[in-house]
Amino acid sequence: MEKDSILTVSDVRKYFKIKEGIVKAVDGVSFSVKYGETLALVGESGSGKTTTGHLIMGFYPPDSGKILYKGKHDLSIPIKRRSLELKREIQIVFQDPGTSLNPKHIVKDIVGLPLRIHGLADSSSVYGKVAELLEFVGLGEDFMFKYPHELGGGEKQLVAIARALAPNPSFIILDEPTSALDVSSQAKVLNTLSRIQKERDISYLLITHDLGVVRNISHRVMIMYLGKIYEEAPTDEFFRGPLHPYTQMLLSSIPTLTRQDEEIKPKGVEAVGEIPSALSPPKGCRFHTRCPFAKPICSERDPPDVVADSGHVVRCWLYE
Amino acid sequence: MLLDIHDLHVHYKSYWYVHKVLNGVWLRMAEGERVGIIGETGSGKTTLLKSILRILPQNAIIPRGEIKFKDIDVLKAGEAELSIVRRREIGMIFQDPMAALNPVFKIKDQLYDIIKYKLLAEGHNPTKEELHDHAVRVLNDVKLPDYERVLESFPFQLSGGMRQRVMIAMALISAGKLLLADEPTTNIDVTIQDQILKLIDRLVKQRGLSTILVSHALGMVRQMTDRAYVLYAGDIMEEARTGELFDHPAHPYTSLLISSAPKISTREIGEGIRGKLPDYRSPPTGCRFAPRCPYAMDKCHTVKPKRTVINADHAVACHLYE
Repeated sequence: MEKDSILTVSDVRKYFKIKEGIVKAVDGVSFSVKYGETLALVGESGSGKTTTGHLIMGFYPPDSGKILYKGKHDLSIPIKRRSLELKREIQIVFQDPGTSLNPKHIVKDIVGLPLRIHGLADSSSVYGKVAELLEFVGLGEDFMFKYPHELGGGEKQLVAIARALAPNPSFIILDEPTSALDVSSQAKVLNTLSRIQKERDISYLLITHDLGVVRNISHRVMIMYLGKIYEEAPTDEFFRGPLHPYTQMLLSSIPTLTRQDEEIKPKGVEAVGEIPSALSPPKGCRFHTRCPFAKPICSERDPPDVVADSGHVVRCWLYE
Repeated sequence: MLLDIHDLHVHYKSYWYVHKVLNGVWLRMAEGERVGIIGETGSGKTTLLKSILRILPQNAIIPRGEIKFKDIDVLKAGEAELSIVRRREIGMIFQDPMAALNPVFKIKDQLYDIIKYKLLAEGHNPTKEELHDHAVRVLNDVKLPDYERVLESFPFQLSGGMRQRVMIAMALISAGKLLLADEPTTNIDVTIQDQILKLIDRLVKQRGLSTILVSHALGMVRQMTDRAYVLYAGDIMEEARTGELFDHPAHPYTSLLISSAPKISTREIGEGIRGKLPDYRSPPTGCRFAPRCPYAMDKCHTVKPKRTVINADHAVACHLYE
């Protein structure tokens, strides 16, 4: 498994101490991202999906567990102690391009900075390289001297993507890349991301709460709830036959656009309750407080991994 | 006719410029209807809702237009008459509950105020106990059973879903006839969004209210409304029965928008729409969508298209259909 995986995360935990107690943000998460694939990490706010992304980036180290990059590089060390080469390989695109782009810099400097840091361009070649990158994400050279405030939401996010692409990475974390965008600009960004992946063979970890986006650009899906992963499946299979009651609840809550969408929604799982606080997560299966099918055992013991089909794993007592 | 908006123009003054936002908006709704307005960020949807209550910011001017609510001419009505409408006829769920609720007052005080002024408008001066009972009743209606704690809480002590429910409770107090919902579930997770939308729908039906739901989320408008308008850059582009609008969109903007939205049943996704919203300081003179429209003709850049009726359920403002 490690051979064809660019990233392997095994049993990673990250707890945060706050005044009120300990937040178990990520609590024993394992997964791997294959070369050239998009793995979607889906969850509601407070599920720990962004923390997982930040752990891989090295914004903070995990409390326990291992993160391996290309089978040999240890990513449990913080970003400051990583080699420049390793930093170049792993990039991130943040949710809101309005705040992740420096408002005082022009696009040329925003996209040019990583090129200079990694020694990929000097002052004479940086213009040409930035122009190439802008062309590649579909923006064109005339964006070169614009400030972020002169751009639309979608265009800003494409600049952020160009910046992430600048050091020629192999792995990009997309943290809610289109949540701040309108429908009309979202489509452009999603299509561009798919095209980039095909042309440059980059692996993505897509962190999102939007299952429509997942359907369109990911190969595999993982569902996270209160710091744990409860289901994992190839995208087509996932939408055809979601197994975990939480997954079914998520899918059935989506407002649909077409009749075909309506038919695909699981019936009979009405959304109830809210995600409990990560300060005191429920014992056993963390979803049992909202689960319509909960049995006594669900509130006592962690559910086991049940393999339903090749690549389709669900953690639920119903399938034991 | 419950609400009749005709040729509404709203401009905003800034230091140097005039931003011409709404550009001749029309909207008609009958009693009991659930109407949706689809619009992307910056299309003027909140401006439209705020004009109905006449709670636009100070720098707004309304050079032209008419808004009739029942027999009241909203734009000409005096403050006294309007305040009755705001207190007991029309309620509004604002977009961001964190911004709409006052952070330094307990939920109790904010709820009591709204109830008190509503009852005063009905000629009744309530006692403390009556206020409390009424507040408990409305919180129960929005399924906040833990009402004593909610009443004593400050907004930041509640979860996003609970804050949104409080907002709905507040809006319902004054919504005797019409409920305006401005993106009622932004920043809320889907499983909670689903519960809140169902709750609104149930309460609206129970009380026989009419609603205007404004959202950029196409799916939400499709599921929650009977009839929908498409607003782009301050112009109504299309109006139709909701099912018809989604199955047979007529305006190029509507069909591009619907095809661009990701679906869960298929991987296909449209190309999106090139360009961005026009600058409201000098908007296009013809159709405001013309600079981004793949079918634009010469005429589209100079002449504003009129509302054209396609069939009994469907009207569009586009030169392709004239």
